[in-house]
Amino acid sequence: MADKSFPNPHEVEAIPGTEGWERMYPYHYFFTTKDKEREAYENNMFWFNDALHYPEPLYPFDIIWDEAWFLALSQFNTRIFMIPPVYGVDHRIINGNVYISPVPVTDPEEVQKRIPLFMERAGYYYENWDRLHDQWEKKMRGIISDIEALEIKQLPAMEDISVVKNGIGTSSGYELLKTYDKLIDLGIRCWQYHFEFLNLGYASYVTFVDFCSKAFPDIPLQKITQMVAGIDVILYKPDDELKKLAKLAVEFDLASQIGDDTKDVKSVIDVLQSSEKGKKWVAAWENARYPWFNISTGTGWYHQDISWNDNLNIPMSSIRIYIKKIIDGHNIDRPMDAIIEERKRLVQEYRGFLKTDEDRQTFDQLHGTAELVFPYVENHMFYVEHWFHSVFWNKMREIAAIMTDHKFINGPEDVWMMSRSEIKEALWDLVTAWATGTKGYGPLHWPEEIAWRKGVYQKFKEHPPIPAVGTPPEVIAEPFTIVLWGVTNESMTAWSKLKKIGDPDKVNEIEGFAGSPGVVEGIARVCRSVEDIGQLKEGEILVAPTTSPSWAPVFQKIKGVITDVGGIMCHAAIVCREYGMPAVVGTGQSTTIIKSGMKIKLNGDTGRIYIER
Amino acid sequence: MEKRHDYVLWFDECNLESIPLVGGKNASLGELLNADIPVPPGFAVTTKAYEQFLEQGGIKKQIFKILEDIKPNDMDSGETASKEIRSLIENTPISESLQDYMGEFYRRLSKKCHVPAVPVAVRSSATAEDLPGASFAGQQDTFLWIRGIDDVFTHIKKCWSSLFAARAIYYRAKMGFPHEKVEISVGVQKMANAWTAGVMFTLNPATGDRASIAIDANWGFGESVVSGECTPDNFIVNKVTNEIIKKTISHKTFLFTRDPENHCVIKKDVPVERQDTQCVVDLDVVELARIGKKIETHYGKAMDIEWAIDKDTPGKAKIMILQSRPETVWSDKKVEPVVASRSSALEHICAGLVAGRKISS
Repeated sequence: MADKSFPNPHEVEAIPGTEGWERMYPYHYFFTTKDKEREAYENNMFWFNDALHYPEPLYPFDIIWDEAWFLALSQFNTRIFMIPPVYGVDHRIINGNVYISPVPVTDPEEVQKRIPLFMERAGYYYENWDRLHDQWEKKMRGIISDIEALEIKQLPAMEDISVVKNGIGTSSGYELLKTYDKLIDLGIRCWQYHFEFLNLGYASYVTFVDFCSKAFPDIPLQKITQMVAGIDVILYKPDDELKKLAKLAVEFDLASQIGDDTKDVKSVIDVLQSSEKGKKWVAAWENARYPWFNISTGTGWYHQDISWNDNLNIPMSSIRIYIKKIIDGHNIDRPMDAIIEERKRLVQEYRGFLKTDEDRQTFDQLHGTAELVFPYVENHMFYVEHWFHSVFWNKMREIAAIMTDHKFINGPEDVWMMSRSEIKEALWDLVTAWATGTKGYGPLHWPEEIAWRKGVYQKFKEHPPIPAVGTPPEVIAEPFTIVLWGVTNESMTAWSKLKKIGDPDKVNEIEGFAGSPGVVEGIARVCRSVEDIGQLKEGEILVAPTTSPSWAPVFQKIKGVITDVGGIMCHAAIVCREYGMPAVVGTGQSTTIIKSGMKIKLNGDTGRIYIER
Repeated sequence: MEKRHDYVLWFDECNLESIPLVGGKNASLGELLNADIPVPPGFAVTTKAYEQFLEQGGIKKQIFKILEDIKPNDMDSGETASKEIRSLIENTPISESLQDYMGEFYRRLSKKCHVPAVPVAVRSSATAEDLPGASFAGQQDTFLWIRGIDDVFTHIKKCWSSLFAARAIYYRAKMGFPHEKVEISVGVQKMANAWTAGVMFTLNPATGDRASIAIDANWGFGESVVSGECTPDNFIVNKVTNEIIKKTISHKTFLFTRDPENHCVIKKDVPVERQDTQCVVDLDVVELARIGKKIETHYGKAMDIEWAIDKDTPGKAKIMILQSRPETVWSDKKVEPVVASRSSALEHICAGLVAGRKISS
């Protein structure tokens, strides 16, 4: 394994000028040599950078979702479904980047003991999938309506008389603390639900993948996924809504009033309100916004991943792209019938190549289950990462506004530099000072600390993370590790190579996962966020950290996609396969190495990118 | 009433029902064409043409007279008789009407191929090939790179006379098969003038994956690939979606081609600029695989196929299928289930989790 050696996690040095950075994150996230047993454990495990979820270093507040899934995923594996060979996934942080490691059950007897428990527990979920899933959806909608209803109120100079007359018995200060706790609790609970089905969904998918790869050693992972992927999944809904609005605009002859991107959405809506048809269109637009515009422009994992509702110019700009396509005579609909047909054909033909009745039986069993569970794998994201998160970030901004008013922070966006427990403490400081009629200590502490943290964070950003540390294992059983992060022999070899890249200006070839087949040559356009997509010109190749459903319209304009993070199941790969456009995903550092305007060639069959210099 | 249909038939006019008239080889070429599988174009000279030749030349009686005189246990007398009959056939002129039919077809074939006096393969196609122990027709006779109508006639007669090779005579006698019942047809088929050629398996010979098609290719004629002499370009195509899933471009140093002077096959160096170039473009790889899948469907089993891309045909590259035979290595293996069957998906999932995934090689 000489070609796959990774640094000892305890020997990675702090970036100069960031010393003391550890206090930005929960204390238990650090590699330590304080205790021999823990040190040995950490050395013997394989920790890889979770660049899939975190293309950027973690903000002290945003780590809340990492804490949430650290707990939720692990508990379902370890304590609820009793996945026989694997416990949870352990987490650490190095220089602001999260490293994770699946924890195997090493005692073979323990594995055996867990098997019947797993069969009973997981079996119950698989057997009652639809009923439990309906219940899940109700729970999710409940929790979303709870967070939407959460009111964050200013602290008054004097409480309203009703507090007295109704015998309320508590103050606005107490309510603020309680609301903050509730907000955090809803977030953590939402992530509990997030994993209720996900582990089992992936386990079933991985089993189907393994069977197909054994039966058809050459089968591309894309094709296996295509055989189980949902067709009418919720994640396509927001984009479908935009298409509907574009069609309606063309039908009502409103294209000129909607105009181009130089017109702000507010003025467009104002103009539209002046005609009957315009009014109807605005009503349809408003109708689409809830819930469908609660779609994040990023992955939803970072506070800066704003939703369409946060910046309505983004969906409006997409509608304009669609309107232009329609006027130019293009069909903008997803070719549903063709997609369904193609999927049926894939299943039938592959099944037809199996040689024995036993294999056909196994194929049917596994395909059936994977097809049952896979829509969840795709759909849960809309509820959690998009809808819930979008509301959550804005509620946090309201809390931050109060902290700004009380001069605890210099502006609402500074709040992300504080951890959730620090915010709670600061709110206590703030509320108590409000109650006491004194000045809180916060204004003396936080602005200075936050300024320092911003500097540290900037340095984290300038230093690309090491892909992995520790000792690679021989076997991985944890289904997430396999499906999501694509941890394989090949990927580890690729990672160990990656760290050797010195000067990005000298790299001529980049390797990633073959996300969608085909070869294309063209001009690169680097878009770091969805707000940059306006710069894209027809026929360019998009280079992005990652894409999400809110990027959907750009796929009409471009001829290929490259992303830094993501496996075969990432958004870019799925959409490109549907559009028949080549994609190379999970390349690690394409947005660093490739510059806009460069001539590049991307090969979606082999996962390679060539830069012409 | 004699019609040209009695004497010459285009391959695409042949099918399994016409075996008595055109023999097994020509009939199966017709079957392939009718299944939309592109074999090089050509025509069959029917068994009736052969009979007519014997009749009109007035040599039929002479032949059977010679055959009667063979002494059963004397190999030498068989040899002598064979030589005599063969020379008789080869030196008897073909009747004018028959010459017109065959000559016209050869001219039209040349026109179709855009090559004046197109080089052809002339080969016998026996009607009784399928009989057990059946090589009595001498049907192995194949003449390559035959060019010009006179040469074509000469070699058609050689095929006819091959029916009376000593060995064929001997076998028929031994099997008690009457000489006068044996008939022979001849196929005249364009020689593929391969720009690129190679072999194709309708499964992946390395992994046995039946959902893949594997294509090996080199510049020039397929001999370099078939013989295993060169390291060819290799393509793996997904049979279900017809996408190229793997491509290996090799360093190709030599090729076989035709010497334009004497029509012999010669070995040549690949020009430097083409040595590392992909020798079949993606579009053709995909088209080849599509044809491979069709051939597999036609025969109902995994096949081992020789193919070429013809350089005479103008315009779009013309893929030609030269040979197909059943694949034997994987197809003859004992079939075992991929994984042991289990009573439920959950059992499989549990077993899969416990086994985990090996990630180090």
